[in-house]
Amino acid sequence: MLFTSYAFIGFVLVLLVLYYAVPRRFQKLILFVGNVCFYVMSGWTNLIFMGITILSTYGAARWIGNNIDAQKAYVKAHKEELSREEKKAYKAKEKKKRKLIAALAVILNVALLALVKFPNRIFLFLMPMGISFYTLMSLGYLLDVYWEKQKPEKSLFRFALFVSFFPQLVQGPISRFKDLSESLYAEHALDWKNIYYGFVRVLWGFFKKLVIADRLSVVIATISGDFDTYNGAYIFLEMFLYTIQLYADFSGGIDITIGVAQMLGVEMAENFIRPYFSKSLKEYWRRWHITMSTWFRDYLFYPISITKTMQNFSKFLRAHFGDYIGKRLPVYVASFIVWFVTGIWHGTTSNFIVWGLVNYVILMISEELEPAYAAFHEKCIPAEAKGWRVFMVLRTFTMLCFLKLFDCYQSAGEVFRAYGSAFTFAKLDELVHGGWLQLGMSLADYVVVAIGSVVILTVSLIQRPESVRDQLSRKPFALQAGVVMALFLVTLIFGAYGMGYDASQFIYNRF
Amino acid sequence: MNVKEELLEILEELHPDIDFAEEEQLIDDKLLDSFDVVTLVTEIGSAFDVELTAADMVPENFNSVDAMVAMIERMMED
Repeated sequence: MLFTSYAFIGFVLVLLVLYYAVPRRFQKLILFVGNVCFYVMSGWTNLIFMGITILSTYGAARWIGNNIDAQKAYVKAHKEELSREEKKAYKAKEKKKRKLIAALAVILNVALLALVKFPNRIFLFLMPMGISFYTLMSLGYLLDVYWEKQKPEKSLFRFALFVSFFPQLVQGPISRFKDLSESLYAEHALDWKNIYYGFVRVLWGFFKKLVIADRLSVVIATISGDFDTYNGAYIFLEMFLYTIQLYADFSGGIDITIGVAQMLGVEMAENFIRPYFSKSLKEYWRRWHITMSTWFRDYLFYPISITKTMQNFSKFLRAHFGDYIGKRLPVYVASFIVWFVTGIWHGTTSNFIVWGLVNYVILMISEELEPAYAAFHEKCIPAEAKGWRVFMVLRTFTMLCFLKLFDCYQSAGEVFRAYGSAFTFAKLDELVHGGWLQLGMSLADYVVVAIGSVVILTVSLIQRPESVRDQLSRKPFALQAGVVMALFLVTLIFGAYGMGYDASQFIYNRF
Repeated sequence: MNVKEELLEILEELHPDIDFAEEEQLIDDKLLDSFDVVTLVTEIGSAFDVELTAADMVPENFNSVDAMVAMIERMMED
């Protein structure tokens, strides 16, 4: 079910009415039924995949939790009899069992994900909606239990509610159990502030998606779909417009997700902090798809970095090549693995894998150049100078335009061919003399996209100290109503519907 | 030598330029980066015979010497 379909709007309205109409103790049941209905509409078979993930991670986490409790009870009961070495040996033996169970559950779920992600004959047309997102959520939960950061959830129903919570199944965010569970499992009285704030957030998401992203999708599809016709300077236009489209699409979808959840009284993690204002790629990855980058940091980067093998590797390097290499190389090796996996998580074709590795290379080079940057700022331009900061933002945005082109083609070879073609500046004349109007968008469409982008930019600047909704809530009612109505009408009038436009799925849904 | 003294020795060798006895926001103020933290994990593991897990890799555990000492002592007791 598309977020931007009438069916979805109807579904959310019915769910909200039922959710607040039933006695509060039944709210979770209503929500669970809603989750199942939402998911079934994307295909019955998908339920099997999600069911396996829920049962395997729930079962493994329960077993691990019970084992930890039993271990603690045993050590407590035999405190006096056991020596420190005996206690240590016993704990190591139990930990080994827990590791085995956790590893089996992780392998099973990663294998399921790989099965549908890698091209194969059996599951060629099967890509369960949200599998990339709910798999990471479930594994994060399991690892938290294994590391004793999280008590296992005893109720299978409650755990299934967490994994299947429908707003996050389209394109994330990748929720953490400890963050989502409290408000998800709580009973909620009807709170008009939540309804109003959630509704405005959803509307804002629709505006980004329908007015900007879906309008631009036609141009991107036209250029990337016919390289023989649209090459040279067209590639620059494609990079620039796709960078705008992806943000409008992805952050718009997350706005809808968080807004719908808020209407249900559920708090979800934010996934963006004005990412295109970043001054470096490193900063960008702290502000874009935050729940994914923090997931890979906590559940992949750190565990790899501090394995015994990596620690021994670090010691070896320090002994033979000095502290500098010994400190840096293990981290770079772990980062390489993380970026390789991040690439594959987005897609198994070469464009995504190379995209991950290009990100890695840029980040590592930046890291190595840190001392040079520091010297430059000390001697030439202070890092805090306003002009320099603006330059860095524009530079990072330009870099992102190039990086995002990897999404637009099917292989790394095609992307590099497009880069090469762009720098010949071929067809520049054709593009500026009317070519840009032959790509599926009229002059009026470009004006709508430009104004819409300026609105997003302005809102990003306004919301720096405080959310726009909070600021707006202190204004007179007439002004609040006017702004919301204007947003509604603009989305209704300028949203990309009808001939020439198909209701399109969110870009991140395919990951 | 107690845990704090031994840890201070490791830290001072790692970063002689930082006054570890005074600093309380080593991670939040970016005085220690991920390279330092990963190295510290190795050093702490060897020196105190404890095994840090990914769950311990949170800023609160590395922001100050006292926080690190508390983490190490907690692990030694377990």
